Amino acid sequence: MATHPYLPIVVLLAGAIGFAVAPLALAWIWANKFSPQKPGPDKNAIYECGLETSGEAWVQFKPGYYLYAIIFLVFDVEAVFLLPFATAFSGFGAADCLAMLVFLFLLIAGLLWAYQKNVLTWS
Amino acid sequence: MTLEPLKAELEANIPGCQLEIVNNPSPSGQHSLLIDPGHALAIALYLRDAAHLRFDYLSNVTGVDWPSRELSEKIKVKKIVDGPDGPVEKEVDEVVKTQTHAHLEVVYHLYSMALKHGPVILRMRTEDRADRVHLPSFTPIWRSADFQEREIFDLYGILFDGHPDLRRILMWDEFEDFPMRRDYVEPDDYEYEPTAHDDVLKKTIAHYTGETPGGAA
Amino acid sequence: MDEALKVELGRQGVFATSLQELYNWGRRSSLWPLNFGLACCAIEMIATTMARYDLARFGAEVFRPSPRQADLMIVAGTITKKMAPQVVRLYNQMPEPKYVISMGACAISGGPFKQGYNVLKGIDRYIPVDIYIPGCPPRPEALIEGFMALQRKIDAQQLTGENRPRHLNAAEPSEFIVPKFGAHDLEPTQNPAIWHAPQLVNITLAPDETK
Repeated sequence: MATHPYLPIVVLLAGAIGFAVAPLALAWIWANKFSPQKPGPDKNAIYECGLETSGEAWVQFKPGYYLYAIIFLVFDVEAVFLLPFATAFSGFGAADCLAMLVFLFLLIAGLLWAYQKNVLTWS
Repeated sequence: MTLEPLKAELEANIPGCQLEIVNNPSPSGQHSLLIDPGHALAIALYLRDAAHLRFDYLSNVTGVDWPSRELSEKIKVKKIVDGPDGPVEKEVDEVVKTQTHAHLEVVYHLYSMALKHGPVILRMRTEDRADRVHLPSFTPIWRSADFQEREIFDLYGILFDGHPDLRRILMWDEFEDFPMRRDYVEPDDYEYEPTAHDDVLKKTIAHYTGETPGGAA
Repeated sequence: MDEALKVELGRQGVFATSLQELYNWGRRSSLWPLNFGLACCAIEMIATTMARYDLARFGAEVFRPSPRQADLMIVAGTITKKMAPQVVRLYNQMPEPKYVISMGACAISGGPFKQGYNVLKGIDRYIPVDIYIPGCPPRPEALIEGFMALQRKIDAQQLTGENRPRHLNAAEPSEFIVPKFGAHDLEPTQNPAIWHAPQLVNITLAPDETK
């Protein structure tokens, strides 16, 4: 019997959708038959730690956090690229080494800029 | 540390300060120095900074409530009494009743970590316990006074002038009473006391009969 | 189905059940407690979850940090009046079905601190409590016993009918009054819909006749 080559995919798709929908459908049927929904102001509240929400969620953060993130990126990127550089160091020519030193120089320049801006001392 | 030389030294160095030694007759014998609020900051600074004192550690701040009490004292008085043979002068016992002055009190315990001596106990008294309850705060001098003074404000209602953040710390901000004062009236929630006795029994009975608790403080 | 027949079938390797039993089995076997402790009872609660007592045997090892994912609130410790609104609000934020274990003397009645100026005289004044565990604090065995008592209680619940539990009844509330901070006390001091003072049995309310 000749079957369409895409038939197994259709079967699998149906199975996948059934797998996802069946529990939801069962829960929906169960909720309608037995377990009534009881929403309320507290239950629908956003915050969960027992205290009432106060103020807006859109508040300003201290820029110090962003600067820290940037400096973290400096060191992080450095580490990510330095490791493969170190393992393949012996096979490099002069041009590759120069390119890598330029990259390192840019990172160090960023660090120096941060140092000069007094970012590294937390106040 | 004996207080008499310290008192003399403070009086010599801080002109105008009024000090008084409050003796403690109990076995611990921890006598304390009653200082006047007007010179309290100068005294505290001197105690902290003088090279041979250096009280750098404020370990404990406590509040005490002293409501007005009636003291009765028996004294012998000579009086003219009507005797069988006319008026006669006689020694008679007479009870004199005096009301103590109501006030609130703060007790500070000071130690020196650097010189390993202490404690020196300081006391300060408010003028009364109604509205003149201001005392200078020691928080600018010893940071450890911060929360303890807030707690005393919360429970006794003493207002510390110069405290950076004088809010309630144990009770909620909307609370109005001062629970550690002796005349604090607690809310009447004695509807269920299954093992009540003594004062609690009286309050439970009062809750159900509507009477004021007789004898229960 | 006849109970004896069911047992006999089980012995032969055939398991029969009803929807109600399956539902109750599922609920009682995965009671996830809310991850919060109020005072010293919480230490015993933590000990109960650790390897020696191992609450995981009963399907309750997952202490959820959010009320949205919790089924069971173990009120473990003294409830100060300042904390009571938060506890009630956390209970309100839990999804149904939800259960409450009042663990220790303080959570039941205020315990040794009952006459304190900042102590709530029992959490059952504001939220419905399923299981009370006395003790100061109760040992982990006591908490496990209370937990098993809750499981037995769930096992006996009915899916339909008059006696069905609160969460299956649309008329019963799911949220309860969150007390407000008043000038002298919490307002209200109790939820009259779920708590009224039990009848006092052992004390006479007449003024002391022994003296």
